[in-house]
Amino acid sequence: MPEQPPGQRVRNFDEVPLGYDAEAAMAEASRCLQCRRPLCVDGCPVRVKIPEFVRLVAEGRFSEAARKIKETNAFPAICGRVCPQESQCELKCVLGKRGEPVAIGRLERFVADWALQHGKIQAPELPPPTGYSVGVVGSGPGGLACAADLAMRGHDVTIYELFHAAGGVLRYGIPRFRLPREVLEAELEYLAKLGVTIRLNFVVGRTATLDDLMEDHDAIFVATGAGLPRFLGIEGENLLGVYSANEFLTRVNLMRADRFPEYHTPVHCGDQVVVVGGGNVAMDAARTARRLGAENVTVVYRRTRAEMPARTEEVVHAEEEGVRFGFLASPTALNGDDDGWVCSMTCQRMELGEPDASGRRRPMPIEGSEYEIACDTAIVAIGSRAHPLVPETTPDLELSTRGYIAIDDSGATSKEGVFAGGDIVTGAATVIEAMGAGRRAADSIHRYLTSERPTDEDG
Amino acid sequence: MHEIVAREEIAKDTWRYIVRAPEIARQRRAGQFVVLRVYEKGERFPLTVVSSDPDEGTIELIFQAVGTSTRMLAKMDVGVEILDLAGPLGRPTHIEHFGTCAVLGGGFGMAPVIPIATALAEAGNTLIGINGARSREYVILEERFRQICDRVEICTDDGSYGHRGFVTDVLQRLIDAGEQIDYVLAIGPTPMMRAVAELTRPYGIRTVVSLNPIMVDGTGMCGGCRVEVAGEVKFACVDGPEFDAHQVDFDMLMKRQRMYSEMEGEARKMFEPHSTPLCCCKEGGHDNNRGKDEAAADARAASRPAGA
Repeated sequence: MPEQPPGQRVRNFDEVPLGYDAEAAMAEASRCLQCRRPLCVDGCPVRVKIPEFVRLVAEGRFSEAARKIKETNAFPAICGRVCPQESQCELKCVLGKRGEPVAIGRLERFVADWALQHGKIQAPELPPPTGYSVGVVGSGPGGLACAADLAMRGHDVTIYELFHAAGGVLRYGIPRFRLPREVLEAELEYLAKLGVTIRLNFVVGRTATLDDLMEDHDAIFVATGAGLPRFLGIEGENLLGVYSANEFLTRVNLMRADRFPEYHTPVHCGDQVVVVGGGNVAMDAARTARRLGAENVTVVYRRTRAEMPARTEEVVHAEEEGVRFGFLASPTALNGDDDGWVCSMTCQRMELGEPDASGRRRPMPIEGSEYEIACDTAIVAIGSRAHPLVPETTPDLELSTRGYIAIDDSGATSKEGVFAGGDIVTGAATVIEAMGAGRRAADSIHRYLTSERPTDEDG
Repeated sequence: MHEIVAREEIAKDTWRYIVRAPEIARQRRAGQFVVLRVYEKGERFPLTVVSSDPDEGTIELIFQAVGTSTRMLAKMDVGVEILDLAGPLGRPTHIEHFGTCAVLGGGFGMAPVIPIATALAEAGNTLIGINGARSREYVILEERFRQICDRVEICTDDGSYGHRGFVTDVLQRLIDAGEQIDYVLAIGPTPMMRAVAELTRPYGIRTVVSLNPIMVDGTGMCGGCRVEVAGEVKFACVDGPEFDAHQVDFDMLMKRQRMYSEMEGEARKMFEPHSTPLCCCKEGGHDNNRGKDEAAADARAASRPAGA
């Protein structure tokens, strides 16, 4: 797929992959073997009807292909861009055993973009209203997916979002060069067409508690995510110029600090930036720093490239854009100058030992191997924790370890009528996994609402 | 939905707004704040909720028009809706019957002092109010303070009103005179809060401060407002904004408050509508990221729009 050349794209926030044209999409789609038992669908957390839509693309029937995807995935323009297809549908593609799998993600993106550009997105015919009302806490991928599914079944859905704009991590976390905001806006418009209401600036746990919401709704889905940034817990972490990736990205993505002072929220991005972490968020922060003008951007990761949780595509893109990698290194201190600004990071070299619980080889420090990296900005991208507001203000909501919400197989929490899913249950994971959880919860909520259950009057 | 229903200028560039926000009015307790954004390109900035009227569904906000967003807010008339308003945020103040409480407001810090003093008085505490300001025209909310407190001492740096000196001088004199003080609340510019903490430390008087670090989301998601309290990192927005004054690392707080001063200074130069260096107009300034040096920090005595 054609891409913006690296030298050009580090000077803008436009999307990097430029997308297929119709001819390229049809050619790619015609490679699909149309397996009778399509394994690709098993690899998809929301079970998109992949062979069907790919065949429609091969035949040039793009708007039908768009409708086919929308049957199971309300947000293909997002998923086609941010899903880790290489470890999901494309990993299972039979063609991948001997060569390149069908580029399912790129085809999904093509179809979704085509439909957006040609105004072919119509809300499906909705069933008559059921009279049930569902509150969804959080407008990130999990909340959006759940809301869409419930609305398509005739339930009245209200989403509560604490920020002034909807989308959760799709808004504040993922940079526009990976997910253009027009795409997000279009997907949100689609949700509005389904009749979903979004209440912005509504902080559940503060503006109203979950118990308050229960008075207005028959069921609740909690999808508040893992929004609380983790820090390293090392000396110097509160120096000026040290950010959580959440803050750095929020300033740029949500508040548009890249356009300071036209937009009034500033961000400090020096010339020498060190990013700690090996996930997609670390790649997003590093690539954003390059676009803000940082000359030297180094990603420090305690294992090797092979263990990086980031998608290969993101790592390659980062490398192409001049981001450097310091593998097998772990920060032990951040050092400051007289004014309190960070000026360097002390790292310790690591070696890989025995596999740990995650199956990855555990990094072990090498004694006496400390070295310093000069930096004027440091970004900590080592993951996040459960957002605490809902658990803290809902006393009878059972938690699992580390403050995440405990659910059963159906997605139900310990509290009657309250379901949960996404990062607030699993800890930080991917957009599509959260969407999958949202869709499964929507199924359970639908069953819960429409099955016989004792009413309040029955005691 | 967040309509301005009343407004008045209570002192020069200091405004009191009544804003419709029924849900916030219902939930809000002393010590909590809201985060606002007043136009599409504006910052998110915190303001203390000074009072609320659950029956009317309104909240009271007091701010100084010193940065771009607050100046813009000050131009918004009755009937206009505020673009974004979220809250109430932060932990409510821990209120109990302590006995005699000294409540200290430094300059604009009086605005966040009022709701907490009100709650302390309602819990049956005896209140000694101490209000400090640079000079007479910076003394705000005096009448209201007198109504809440059992007695009020006022001091100004230049002696133009009340005692000449700082709030710490007044507090020290009370302690020296044998006044039994069980609890101290101090809100104002960071150097003032630090000075109060140092004063009460040897006496072991429980002392609470409300911190105003730089915030973005106000809900715990960015960590920009992190402060060190008793050697531990806390987020002022969700763990605070009030903390035990004797445990706060004020040095770090002051440094972090100045993180963007240089960038903002440059932005100000670009946008400065007046060229004279003496002009006090702060067009282009940023409401929750203020001050560059001690002088600017002092100016915050009078400019504490970030009540949190």
